[in-house]
Amino acid sequence: MMFAITPHVRRKQRHETIAKWVFFGMAASMIVPLVLIIGYLVERAWPSLSLGFLIDVPARGMKEGGVWPALVGTIYLVVLSLAVSAPVGVLAAVYLNEYARDNWFNRIINLAVINLAGVPSIVHALFGLGAFVYAARFGYSIISASLTLAIMTLPVIIASTREALASVPRTFREACWNVGATRWQTIKAVVLPNSISGILTGIILQVSRAAGETAPIMFTGAVFFKAVQKGDFFPYRLHEQCMALSMHLYTLSTQVPGVKESVPFATAVLLLGAVILVNATAIILRGYLRARKKW
Amino acid sequence: MTCTPTIAVRDLRLAYGQKEAIRGISFEILRNEIFGIIGPAQSGKTSLLHCLNRTIDFTPEARVSGSIRVDGEDVRQTRNIFALRRKIGMVAPLPVGLPLSIYDNVAFAPRCAGMRRRSELEAIVEQCLRQAALWDEVKDRLDSLGTKLSGGQQQRLTIARALSHQPEILCLDEFSIAIDPVTTMRIEDVLKELRRSMTIILVTNLTQQARRLADRTLFLWKGRIVELDHTDIIFSGKPANRQTYEYVNGIFG
Repeated sequence: MMFAITPHVRRKQRHETIAKWVFFGMAASMIVPLVLIIGYLVERAWPSLSLGFLIDVPARGMKEGGVWPALVGTIYLVVLSLAVSAPVGVLAAVYLNEYARDNWFNRIINLAVINLAGVPSIVHALFGLGAFVYAARFGYSIISASLTLAIMTLPVIIASTREALASVPRTFREACWNVGATRWQTIKAVVLPNSISGILTGIILQVSRAAGETAPIMFTGAVFFKAVQKGDFFPYRLHEQCMALSMHLYTLSTQVPGVKESVPFATAVLLLGAVILVNATAIILRGYLRARKKW
Repeated sequence: MTCTPTIAVRDLRLAYGQKEAIRGISFEILRNEIFGIIGPAQSGKTSLLHCLNRTIDFTPEARVSGSIRVDGEDVRQTRNIFALRRKIGMVAPLPVGLPLSIYDNVAFAPRCAGMRRRSELEAIVEQCLRQAALWDEVKDRLDSLGTKLSGGQQQRLTIARALSHQPEILCLDEFSIAIDPVTTMRIEDVLKELRRSMTIILVTNLTQQARRLADRTLFLWKGRIVELDHTDIIFSGKPANRQTYEYVNGIFG
């Protein structure tokens, strides 16, 4: 009998089944914390969740009201910091991936990028305080806070951009060089158009990181409270301090006595919702750009 | 065929780090001949082509010595390597359709060289696709992607692209390893046509291909020239060197 099931085969099949379910279980368990976190937060935040919470200003010493100034402040900080870190990071990554030869100077640059990515955010905060607030005399301001966030997100943007660039096969570059194209002509015509989805995804994912960090902005430009008109889209000037969602959540939870319990939870839901929204945008954008991928 | 050398190689040596790939070779290639280069893997054939159009520059650990003169000018001293590369058309072993439209694949090199006029570009695209025997198959879909073509079509597109910068020398590096025999024969016919206007260097490990096409054939082995002579003599059954006889008759290699 050629296809008989021997004990050895049976044992193999059993091990295969066990292995598959163990791996599946580990992967599937990732859903549990996410669902629990969101469920718990939404449940506790429920009494405060409303459109009014989004567009109202804090009232009665932050014990009630909404989070409008913090929401706008976070948008200011994220947009400004990425406006700095995205172009710098992408251009630096193009240099490192497309131009840099393996010499001591470029190795130092690489080392700097890797180490910068490993620096804790509280250290970035202290650096921002020293460099932007004091040395550059920007003071405690949106500029200082945004630049600090930019420094923090830069190495990750460089790393993700390099990865996207490296995914374009070298044969495409060689084909371009063979017909007398310069490196820049090659990058422009072939490398960037085919790595743009990965580059954009990497940048967008840094939005959520910049929005969520508290330490860097607390030291450099985020403030406890600032009087802002309800629904005002441009309440801050760049040399002033601003409120921010992550900072607001921290102060509500630790500094303000007698605040309604659901308010900090609603703030957290808002922050989490914004992050999920941005990440979903990244996934949709990536899917769209991948569908247009050309090989 | 005129007998002026268009390429003169003098004592060319190339090493990747400690590993020697080309160990001092000298020869000349004449204008408008088809020059066959045969030899087993690792014999330095492809490295030689990289030295010729200076794409060896993109391999940081490569060290080159000796000289390669193209029309009297040493390629290692030349200031304008982009003009050098346009003078030499290069076709790689595996077909590379760039992720651009068929039209842009062919128009890429002229554009890089600064050509902007639409009428000129269109004329070049049509001429090169015709020369590469691809025009009739793609003329109705020039804006579809080059990467979506079949392997054989992509290889002809690669040849069209190599012709698009109007080279005087065309190098083909084992162009037939990824395509079917029928397409190979079509391209070989194309080459017979092209030799009227340019010098062709045909690197191949199909010795019979060199026999069919080449005027003279160079047998390269482990970075050294074993024999260089008229193709008839190389394949005659009594070449000057015993190794050549054994290689072309499949006894070793």
